[in-house]
Amino acid sequence: MKKDPKIIVFCCNWCSYAGADNAGVAKVQIKPHFRIIRTMCSSRIDPELIIEAFKKGAWGVLVLGCHPGDCHYKNGNYKTLRKVKLLKRMLAQFGIEDDRLRLDWVSSNEGEKFGKVVNKMIDDIEKLGPLDLSYAETEVE
Amino acid sequence: MGKPKVAFYWCASCGGCEEAVVDLAEDILTVVDAVDIVFWPVAMDFKKKDVQAMDDGAIAVSFINGAVRTDEQVEMVELLRKKSGLVVAFGACAHIGGIPGLANFSNSKEILNTLYRDLDTVDNKEGVIPQTRTKVKSGEVTLPRFHNTVKTLDQVIDVDYYLPGCAPPPDLIMGAINAILKGELPPKGSVLAPEKSLCDSCRLNKTKPEKLTMKEIKRPHEIKIDPDLCFLAQGLICLGPATRSGCGERCINANMPCRGCFGPVGNVVDHGAKILSSIASILGMENEEAVTEEEVDILLDGIVDPGGLFYMYSLPSSLLKRKKSD
Ligand code: SF4
Ligand code: SF4
Ligand code: FES
Repeated sequence: MKKDPKIIVFCCNWCSYAGADNAGVAKVQIKPHFRIIRTMCSSRIDPELIIEAFKKGAWGVLVLGCHPGDCHYKNGNYKTLRKVKLLKRMLAQFGIEDDRLRLDWVSSNEGEKFGKVVNKMIDDIEKLGPLDLSYAETEVE
Repeated sequence: MGKPKVAFYWCASCGGCEEAVVDLAEDILTVVDAVDIVFWPVAMDFKKKDVQAMDDGAIAVSFINGAVRTDEQVEMVELLRKKSGLVVAFGACAHIGGIPGLANFSNSKEILNTLYRDLDTVDNKEGVIPQTRTKVKSGEVTLPRFHNTVKTLDQVIDVDYYLPGCAPPPDLIMGAINAILKGELPPKGSVLAPEKSLCDSCRLNKTKPEKLTMKEIKRPHEIKIDPDLCFLAQGLICLGPATRSGCGERCINANMPCRGCFGPVGNVVDHGAKILSSIASILGMENEEAVTEEEVDILLDGIVDPGGLFYMYSLPSSLLKRKKSD
C-alpha cells in the first residue's frame, strides 16, 4: 500500500499561522498530508524539535515565520534563518536530504502563498518518500 | 561480610579512563582498603572465567568505560551486568559515545576498507580484510564482529549511574565511590555531576558581554587566544553553554574551548542540536537585519564540520545516533 507523506509545518503565531487561517478563509486548496504546530515565534523551533519530528516519523519539516523585518519579537526570524541553514548543513552530514527541511516566510494575508508552499513541499517530499531512520536502531552490516 | 567487590572493564576506549583511576594517587589506597577488586584486565590478572564463576550479583559495582562496538564487548558487558549489583558507565565513551562515537559518521565497511586496504601506508596486496572466521592450516581462527554502529553502554545493558568526562576527574570518581560505599546514591539513572552548565562555573562567564555576539567564527589555531575572555566573545566555538559542569573547566584553564566531554546539561537530550542552536543564534547577531542570506552562508562557512564539532563526544547518544547507512 502506498503511504501518504507526513509533513510537520511549524508556524509562528503572528504571521504564518494567521496566513494558514487566511488560506482556510479563502478556501485555498491544500493537500491534507500536513500537520501544523503553532509556536509563538519561529525562533522557538529549536533544532532539537525538528530532529525529533523526523525521529517521530515526519517525512519533511517546514518552518514558517514572519517575513524579515516583521517578526513580532523583532529579530526572532533572523535567528531562525541561521539555525535552519546551519541545521541543514549538519543534517547533510547525517545523509538526510536537503529538501526534507525547508524554511519560508508567510505573512498573515498570504493564504495563497501558504497553500503554494505547503503543496510544493508535499509534492517534493512525496518524491523522496518516507525518511527511514530505523538503520540507527538495527544493526546493518 | 567481606569487603564489597568491584570490577573495572574497558570497551572501545583509549585507556585514559583506566589512567584516571590510577590518577586517584593516594586516594586509590583508600579505595583498595575499602573494596576488593575482583576484575581489572588492564592491571590485574583475572580472566573472564573467574567472572563467570561468580554468583549473579556478587560484584557490588562494575565501572565500565568505553563505547560498545564489537561482539566481544557486548558479551563482556552483559556478563558483568549479570554479576553486578550496580553498573556505572564510567567516562564519556560509555556515557554518551565519546570520540570513538564519531565513527558513526562512517560505517564498518568504510572503516575496515580504509584501515586495511586503502591507506597509502598499508601494504596489503591481496586486499585481506579481517573476517570473523578464517580457515588456517591448524583449523579456524575467529575475531569478534565489528559492528556498524558505535553504541553507548546504556544502549546495550541497563546502567545505574553515569560518571561523565574524558576522563572523569578524580573528585567525581571519589565522590561516586564514597557515595556507593556509604549507600548514599541519588536516584537510579543519575549522572554523578552537577546539573548546571559549564558556563555557570566557568571563571570567564563574568567576562561574557551582556549582548553576546560572534562576528565571525575563528578556529583555535587561527588566533592568539586571550585566556581571560570568554571564548565565544573571541569568536571561538565553545560548547560550554550546552555542556554539563563538573570537570573543573579543565580545557578552559588550558586556554582551549570546551568540546563537550561531560555531555549535555540536565534536561537536554541532544547535545549537538542544542549547541547548534546557541551558536547559530549569536553568530552574526549584531545588525542582523542588515545581513543578507548570502552573508549568512559565508558566516556559516566558518563552521567547517558542524556535525563533528557539535557532537564531538555525543554522537551515539544523539537523537539521530548515526549517519544514514545503506
Ligand atoms: S562559553 Fe566557554 S569560555 Fe565562555 S563562559 Fe562558557 S564555558 Fe566559559
Ligand atoms: S572543558 Fe568541556 S571538553 Fe574540557 S574537560 Fe570540561 S567538559 Fe570536557
Ligand atoms: S513571530 Fe513570526 S517569526 Fe517571530
